[in-house]
Amino acid sequence: MSTVQIQNDIIDDFKILDGDLEMTLNYLMELGESLNDLDEKYKIDDNLVKGCQSKVWLKCTKEDDKIYLEGDSNTAITKGLLSILIKIFNKKTPEEIADTNLFFISEIGLNRFIGTQRSNGLESMEKKIKLLALTL
Amino acid sequence: MNNFPLNKIRDDFPILKSRINNHQLVYFDNAATTQKPQSVIDGISNYYKSYNANIHRGIHSLAEKATEEFEETRSLIKEFINASSENEIIFTRGTTEGINLISSSLSKFYFNEGDEIIISEMEHHSNIVPWQMIAKENKLNLKVINVSGDGEIDMDHFKSLISEKTKLVSIVYISNTLGTINPVKKIIEKCRENNILSVVDGAQSSAHKKIDVTDLNCDFYVFSAHKMYGPTGVGVVYGKEEILDKMPPYMGGGEMIKDVSFSNTSYNSLPYKFEAGTPNIGDVIGFKEAITYIKNIGIENIETYEISLKEYTEDALKKIDGIKVVGTAKDKVGIFSFTTEKVHYYDLGLLLDAKGIALRTGHHCTQPLMDKYSLDGTARLSLAIYNSTEEVDYFVESLSNLIKR
Repeated sequence: MSTVQIQNDIIDDFKILDGDLEMTLNYLMELGESLNDLDEKYKIDDNLVKGCQSKVWLKCTKEDDKIYLEGDSNTAITKGLLSILIKIFNKKTPEEIADTNLFFISEIGLNRFIGTQRSNGLESMEKKIKLLALTL
Repeated sequence: MNNFPLNKIRDDFPILKSRINNHQLVYFDNAATTQKPQSVIDGISNYYKSYNANIHRGIHSLAEKATEEFEETRSLIKEFINASSENEIIFTRGTTEGINLISSSLSKFYFNEGDEIIISEMEHHSNIVPWQMIAKENKLNLKVINVSGDGEIDMDHFKSLISEKTKLVSIVYISNTLGTINPVKKIIEKCRENNILSVVDGAQSSAHKKIDVTDLNCDFYVFSAHKMYGPTGVGVVYGKEEILDKMPPYMGGGEMIKDVSFSNTSYNSLPYKFEAGTPNIGDVIGFKEAITYIKNIGIENIETYEISLKEYTEDALKKIDGIKVVGTAKDKVGIFSFTTEKVHYYDLGLLLDAKGIALRTGHHCTQPLMDKYSLDGTARLSLAIYNSTEEVDYFVESLSNLIKR
């Protein structure tokens, strides 16, 4: 599935929540719970995505020109956001990753999570994934 | 608590009627900034609508009126904190600028290499970094008073830190993270005995306690308007006139001069020597309305009400399993930092926001204090005059449900 199709599916999943913040947060936490925990040995500074209030670790490997992503966070909501990004970008080629525009964020009203001031830095996670994909 | 005009007060703050995420707003982030009553909003708006003009040098009627209102604010503040003269009231952008003004100006003439400055472990970054900066430049030593597990200043340790080289003590009156009310009067007394300058960071205290700088006998007292129902961008440095007189200006520019030529410039008298450039006139005038508002309710009445609300909140928080309050000093105000076993404070902040409850999460600009308690942050609830026991109940219920699941 293309990153566009995956994003369209995510938008459909969130539509049921009708923009309700509480339900959105709860759903994000559920998504986070379904993401496998990252092995403690990978929770190192090199894998950290710089954020203010929550910690995010990203582990990125490359095989047959495809990028494999794993990650974790110390906060449940951020882990949910991370799980969405992993769903979109996992097992894609570096080119696909670089060319992907994350349109789902504004579509489902997650803009509040983008800015660095909002401290969990959805944008920082996206940048880190794109950077790793191109440099691995 | 019965005679306190809570409903009337709540009506005075238009923002409290807001609905946030389909819930009635419960504003518990008052240590960060307080909300503004209609009179403050009107005061600012009336200035721009009816008499906007630059102050002090204009001879036309609008300038006269603006100057009069601006200087009336200064007089009102002088009276509110019981200073001796208007010359002791200097307008700044806020507490942070105030501390920087004092540290920067004193650093030009007051310290010698090897001199010591004392602060405490519970200081806000604004009362750490400016001193660190001048300490580095002037080769001074910064000494730090220990804080106990409960969040109280260790007075014996403070006394033991005083030496012949101690030249200044800068201490927070009320901790923005712990809520502790520090025994600043005792600390200042000790400073007087030893000829040490004293600075009090009054950012959190000025809207919640009667402030009397003459009684405190501190050399400097610094505070912000926006934490006392006034606008952002305005603060005050109170300084004893004899010291302010000796201090060189902090910034150069218009307003702060007497005569300027390319070979020499002589400075204006107090307080204008420290007020270079056009000040934040509209917001200073708004601040006058904020102080008038506090005075009309009565700071003693506010204190009494807030103590009862604090005790109510303290008891309510004790009943929630799985939370830990950081900062349990005997003498404290309604600021409650806490952590929970199960939910990270960041998630907690967002989940409570979804319920319409605004509180703060993070290190609260007190990282050394967080390090001391081995925390990377807390959630913090902080109360003000318009908060009610019903709001506390709603908070406790919401928090309990979040922790339970």
